[in-house]
Amino acid sequence: MAKYLLKRLAYIIVSLFFIITITFFLMQAAPGGPFASEKKLTPALEEQMNEAYGLNDPLYEQYFNYLVNAFTFDFGPSFKYVGQDVIEIITRSFPYSLILGIESILIALSIGVLLGVIAAVKHNKFGDYTAMVIAVLGISVPSFIMATVLQYIFAIKLGALPVARFESFAHTILPAIALATTPLAFIARLMRSSMLDVLNSDYIKTAKSKGLGQRVVTYKHGLRNAILPVVSYLGPLVVSILTGSFIIESIFGIPGLGSEFVVSVTNRDYTVIMGTTVFFSVLLLVSILLVDLLYGLVDPRIKVAGKGGK
Amino acid sequence: MSFKKKWVFLLVLVLSLGLLLAACSGGDNEESSEGGDSSEGNSEESGEGTLAADQTFDINIKTEPPSLHPGTASDSTSGIVLDQIFEGLMRINQDGMPEEAMAESVEISDDKKTYTFKIREDANWSNGDPVTAQDFEYAWKWVLNPDNADTDYAYQLYPIKGAQEAKEEGASLDDVGITVEDDKTLVVELEQPTPYFLDLTAFYTYYPVNHNVVDGNDEWAQDASDNYVTNGPFTLESWAHKDQIVLNKFSDYWDSETVKLETVNMYMVDDANTSLEMYNSGELDWVGDPSSPLPLASIPALKQEGNLNISDLAGVYYYAFNTEESPFDNVNIRKAFASAINRQGIVESITQRQEQPAMALVPPSIWEENKEGYFKDNDPEKAKEYLQAGLDELGLDKLPKISLSYNTDEGHAAIAQAVQDMWRENLGVEVELNNEEWNVYLDSMGSGNFQVGRMGWLADFNDAINFLEIFQSVGGNNYTNWENEEYASLLEESRTLTGDERKEVLREAEQIFMDDMPIAPVYFYTNTWLNKDYVKNIEISGLGSVQLKWGYLVEE
Repeated sequence: MAKYLLKRLAYIIVSLFFIITITFFLMQAAPGGPFASEKKLTPALEEQMNEAYGLNDPLYEQYFNYLVNAFTFDFGPSFKYVGQDVIEIITRSFPYSLILGIESILIALSIGVLLGVIAAVKHNKFGDYTAMVIAVLGISVPSFIMATVLQYIFAIKLGALPVARFESFAHTILPAIALATTPLAFIARLMRSSMLDVLNSDYIKTAKSKGLGQRVVTYKHGLRNAILPVVSYLGPLVVSILTGSFIIESIFGIPGLGSEFVVSVTNRDYTVIMGTTVFFSVLLLVSILLVDLLYGLVDPRIKVAGKGGK
Repeated sequence: MSFKKKWVFLLVLVLSLGLLLAACSGGDNEESSEGGDSSEGNSEESGEGTLAADQTFDINIKTEPPSLHPGTASDSTSGIVLDQIFEGLMRINQDGMPEEAMAESVEISDDKKTYTFKIREDANWSNGDPVTAQDFEYAWKWVLNPDNADTDYAYQLYPIKGAQEAKEEGASLDDVGITVEDDKTLVVELEQPTPYFLDLTAFYTYYPVNHNVVDGNDEWAQDASDNYVTNGPFTLESWAHKDQIVLNKFSDYWDSETVKLETVNMYMVDDANTSLEMYNSGELDWVGDPSSPLPLASIPALKQEGNLNISDLAGVYYYAFNTEESPFDNVNIRKAFASAINRQGIVESITQRQEQPAMALVPPSIWEENKEGYFKDNDPEKAKEYLQAGLDELGLDKLPKISLSYNTDEGHAAIAQAVQDMWRENLGVEVELNNEEWNVYLDSMGSGNFQVGRMGWLADFNDAINFLEIFQSVGGNNYTNWENEEYASLLEESRTLTGDERKEVLREAEQIFMDDMPIAPVYFYTNTWLNKDYVKNIEISGLGSVQLKWGYLVEE
């Protein structure tokens, strides 16, 4: 197990190295710089700024500094927000994205799995159709439309919830639902098909013929096996929800990290681009590792260390 | 089975129609249509009615202010916050003129090159210290110190003698024309008589900082803390980054009787539609320019309801010609393109914010006579004449395909499409549209990689020189590659003059510019916003700044 973990960690570091290198050179290749603006600086001032931020150093030196900074998590100050440290920006925005993300993952998982199971158990019956109609709608309606519709109905027409911002639990409900719809629908479909598979398999038939009740068969024997594809979807889901919340964050005026990530690119805010990229990459790599470990817990047939140490 | 399928299909149809309907009916807002039909600045009138008990003003400033350090700020969002919590020697008053603020009096020498400011005895910092001349000297010299990076707006201080040399050429800071005579007397020597210098002293780069607190503490402006010491009508109560800024009235402000607002909440909500919805649901008292733009699509409806406030903004939207690229190296061709634009049509049916069509460079809010401009708007006949003359000079039968560039934005795209059509119709030229992301766009413009490109300019201070000096030489903000010796020398000459003489010289320069037409002006900008009826006396300047000092709320 330890050996497996070490190996995975080594992979993570190698992947990070590639991610950082590619980001760095893409960043350098993109036209325009962090100090470009409608009102140009005088050449001497621009020179002073470049000097102060180390943009005059030779490329290899910048790259080296950047690598060292990335692996020590010291990204320096933002170019755009004078004097604000990138780490500070990440630590203050990430909690918003995290709360929003956790809430929507919980919503997506609980309702998605429930709908999927209902659809599978009531296969080709009313319950199945209702669940699948919801799923199709959830997949086809983009999250920003969902967000505006929710905002319009619940905040403006009914006045039940606040329009935007992120101050209390009530503020989090609408953005979390909007963010959850697409993964919810996806999970429901995933769950339905794997549940159908499982319910038709031999050991379920055995269980039934032993005289176990429908409920026990479905929930104890069926669910645990059927949920595997959903678990493997969790890793990418966590990351896509955390990074992909940009549009939701901007519609609801939430000061999260997703918007920071996207806006930094348009600003050519090199240090923030680097900081957020490294942060999200680590998050992605670690969550994939966790999902793989989780796999072993849910499904005893899979031994995580199996391939590595015979 | 087939019955079931139909049933499912119907269900999907109904549900999706329902969603669509819900989304569409968002257009007709039932609320807020009681506003009457006065579409112009109802906040300008000093209102009647009793003061509301709760003087809390809620406004959206769209984004995190990049810097709340007066010396490093260089954008309008930061400016909107700084203008409320700091105060310079002068403040722009409700008539748009500079009036004494931190200074109680100012003496100007006969050659207009030496200004002596007396600072108020009762001018205080929020930590109780008196505001002194040293605070100004410290703040200005800090900006001019070449060791301090991020001082993008240092050039705002360049009218001061020796300032540019100190910042850019390594001259000593001691030679800069800023002298502290005593605690309350500041003497400023200028390079040249600068008629707009008092306007400048109201600008945030000229704000003082409390040198006792700030010296040796580079981080003082990072957060609302005990070190964040201010001297304006409001103090910075809290600053939740990217989320919300809260300002409180400063009770020790020298003119605190005038200040009525007790608390100001500045939210940072990026999305224009959300911002408008927050206004509709009463979470904001003000939405729109200058702090956060209104969504383009909402303008016609808002205008119809009669709630939209519109005021002039000193700025011009224009198309720059690359005068080194054929065919725009020919003046007649440039004139043909400029005359073939129907500006009235653009402002009436695309931008719809009652912008003034621009047939000149300097906005009419600075020079009234530019309402008319130097040539006729939408003049296809004249355009064809120019075109013919230009083609003859170039020895061409027909114009080649040209490209029109703009930075990605729905507003710019709509205007560019209209202009493409006008040029095709009036000049028979194929126009290709080319849009790029903002940073990429600036890069292409800067490297001369364009034929016709969109640009805009908003004034920093209320003077024509602001617009004219862009084109004094190639480089900087002049993307046209156009230069003219006579023009440049007229501008130089104007710097030694004052009053009417100066204006005459500047008008002459503008005439030369418009005769050569290196740009096709399109329109002069306006501010458009909504405010609740109970909001009074908030000042929106022609430079896109907001002043809350005189603002108050009345009982509904």
